[in-house]
Amino acid sequence: MSVKQKIIGINGDEAAAYALKQCKVDLLSAYPITPQTIIVEKFSEYVANGEVETEFVTVESEHSAMSVCIGGAAAGGRVCTATASAGLALMHEMVFVAASHRLPIVMTVANRALSGPINIHPDHSDSMAERDSSWIQLYAENPQEVYDTVIQAFKIAEDPTVQLPCMVMFDGFIVSHTLQNVSVLPDNIVDKFVGRRRIPKINVMGREIEYKLDVKNPLTMGPLALFDYYFEHKRQQEEAIRNAKQVICEINDEFAKISGRKYGDGLLQPYGHEDAELAIICLGSTAGTARTVVDEYRTKGIKVKVIRLKAFRPFPASELKNALKNLKLVAVLDRSGGYGAIGGPVFNEIRSILYDCKERPRIVNYIYGLGGRDVTPKLIKKVYEDLEDILKTGKVEENVKFLGVR
Amino acid sequence: MSMKLKDLAKKEELLAPGHRLCAGCAASIIVRQVLKVLDDKPIITISTGCLEVATTIYPYTSWKVPWLHTAFENVAANASGIESMMKVYERKGILKKRPHVIAFSGDGGTYDIGLQALSGAFERGHDYLHVLYDNEAYMNTGIQRSGGTPHAASTTTSPAGSVIPGKIQWKKPIARIMVEHNAPYVATASPSHWRDLMLKVEKGLKVEGPAFLHILSPCPRGWRYPTDRTIELAKLAIETCIFPLWECEKGEYRVSAPSMRYVKRPERKKPIEEYLKLQGRFRHLFNPKRMDIIQDIQEHTDREWKIILKRAELAS
Repeated sequence: MSVKQKIIGINGDEAAAYALKQCKVDLLSAYPITPQTIIVEKFSEYVANGEVETEFVTVESEHSAMSVCIGGAAAGGRVCTATASAGLALMHEMVFVAASHRLPIVMTVANRALSGPINIHPDHSDSMAERDSSWIQLYAENPQEVYDTVIQAFKIAEDPTVQLPCMVMFDGFIVSHTLQNVSVLPDNIVDKFVGRRRIPKINVMGREIEYKLDVKNPLTMGPLALFDYYFEHKRQQEEAIRNAKQVICEINDEFAKISGRKYGDGLLQPYGHEDAELAIICLGSTAGTARTVVDEYRTKGIKVKVIRLKAFRPFPASELKNALKNLKLVAVLDRSGGYGAIGGPVFNEIRSILYDCKERPRIVNYIYGLGGRDVTPKLIKKVYEDLEDILKTGKVEENVKFLGVR
Repeated sequence: MSMKLKDLAKKEELLAPGHRLCAGCAASIIVRQVLKVLDDKPIITISTGCLEVATTIYPYTSWKVPWLHTAFENVAANASGIESMMKVYERKGILKKRPHVIAFSGDGGTYDIGLQALSGAFERGHDYLHVLYDNEAYMNTGIQRSGGTPHAASTTTSPAGSVIPGKIQWKKPIARIMVEHNAPYVATASPSHWRDLMLKVEKGLKVEGPAFLHILSPCPRGWRYPTDRTIELAKLAIETCIFPLWECEKGEYRVSAPSMRYVKRPERKKPIEEYLKLQGRFRHLFNPKRMDIIQDIQEHTDREWKIILKRAELAS
């Protein structure tokens, strides 16, 4: 039974800030950057009004924001930051360090195009550049999901089998600045759901001690590891992010019990006709637009579907294989370029898993919406129409197309 | 805290031997002098550099204190995060007393790549001690010039050539830059004057807010001198006044006792050649055609010395 919830009109950034407040973060360190800024502005109001006990560290750069987060998390705190675009790129070095130090930091990212040319509008080039950092990457579709996912993110990241940082992405402006009626859980329910930060015990010379900076149990965190040990550290990160998959699914179910809201299995969210032969796969807010098109097709009796990829890291390979097995044709929509590669990053990963499948759908790629280029239902229809043509003629003219470019 | 050698010798060494710093390296001497001041264990954070790579080669560590390293340019931000979290613990009653947070960084991690994070941490006023061990070049990557390298020193990116005689620029006055951040406590120190150094550590830890300690760290490899002359060189830097010892509390400059000798008796001040001639990095200056550079260094040293004296109201 889900609990009674309050409905408030907030945008995606405010939804993120509200969730961070309810998760009782010990430390928030961030640098303002459009379209994330509302998160830190809203949070600073909570601080100024005494609504939170958080140490709010207003740093001089995103590089320092992540470095402060690492310091705070290493000392045992529940910490978070928020960023976008150039800010994420600036902290790139520390993003990798946060993961290798196995610190469950949560970062909200209001997706925005990377420079240049400088642009403040959404695409996924910023977070895709961090896809191999061994952070968990969850893409939310709307303000409600931002709220829900931020709460889940702490629980996923802090899981003893995971202990990795987690990014929660949502499209800049389209989600960050757009008002939605968001159902929010009571503070005590969130508090109970998320709990306090769990710190794993590690074995140091035969002694079990907490993995944190503690004068009583000194630890050296972040040593030099060369060719004799580095590889094993990295292998363990791979193990941890694989473990995250099951944890994400479990927490998606657990959250559904208290909130009544569920996002597919937590990794994928398919929508449309069960027997569809054609499908679009995408991340983020575009899924909403695609669903309206699917509904329109349904009334016309055309069987299509859209599969939204919520988790990009860990990549839900087996789940996707299963979801794609009865399809004839799949279009992957990438909101970031794969310059010099064969299509965008999402396309590449999905095409790669299909190689192992005996029966596999044909797959095409559309690069779309770069720098915030509008994604209209008409544009999505164009993709389904292309797919229908390919199905009829059996011919793929171009594997990778640019959708909506002049 | 007792400053008697006998008592200090009895105190636990928090930096264990067996690390891989070079023979004659001043960094470990400095760390031991700093850590001997403490009665309770601090939390240490270090920027990438010689001290970091040589003391924590996994699976070994020389540190008997909680210790964090993440990157080159951000140790002040790491310290900010740790210190902020300690405040949370104190507020929540989890810790009765916050442990001291001490950051160590070399000249690269302070003067250059680390300056932004350092400036930010001092502007925000985090309560921690920032120790700069200044070996005056990027020694860890093989003696490249930094903002802390003195004028005319030969490094691998400012080699003494037939046209350009070593580093063209002058050393950045980093400690004065930190004073101008309105830091409550800034001081310079030398491992040759351990009592002065340790008293400054004690003061730096005592003040509320950020404290900055600039310590000269002679480096046999980079400065090109025999490994047994580290302390002698550190001492000569004071005796020639190229590295004046001073402290500044809440904007009030004071020349420290070891340097005060040369305020009272300027004739005792040794000429700069005494300091330069022991170091291979300045060897090219002793070519008769290049003696003018030594003169320039002497004049610059005198000017910088006078700046400190003026600020300490010892000269007009």
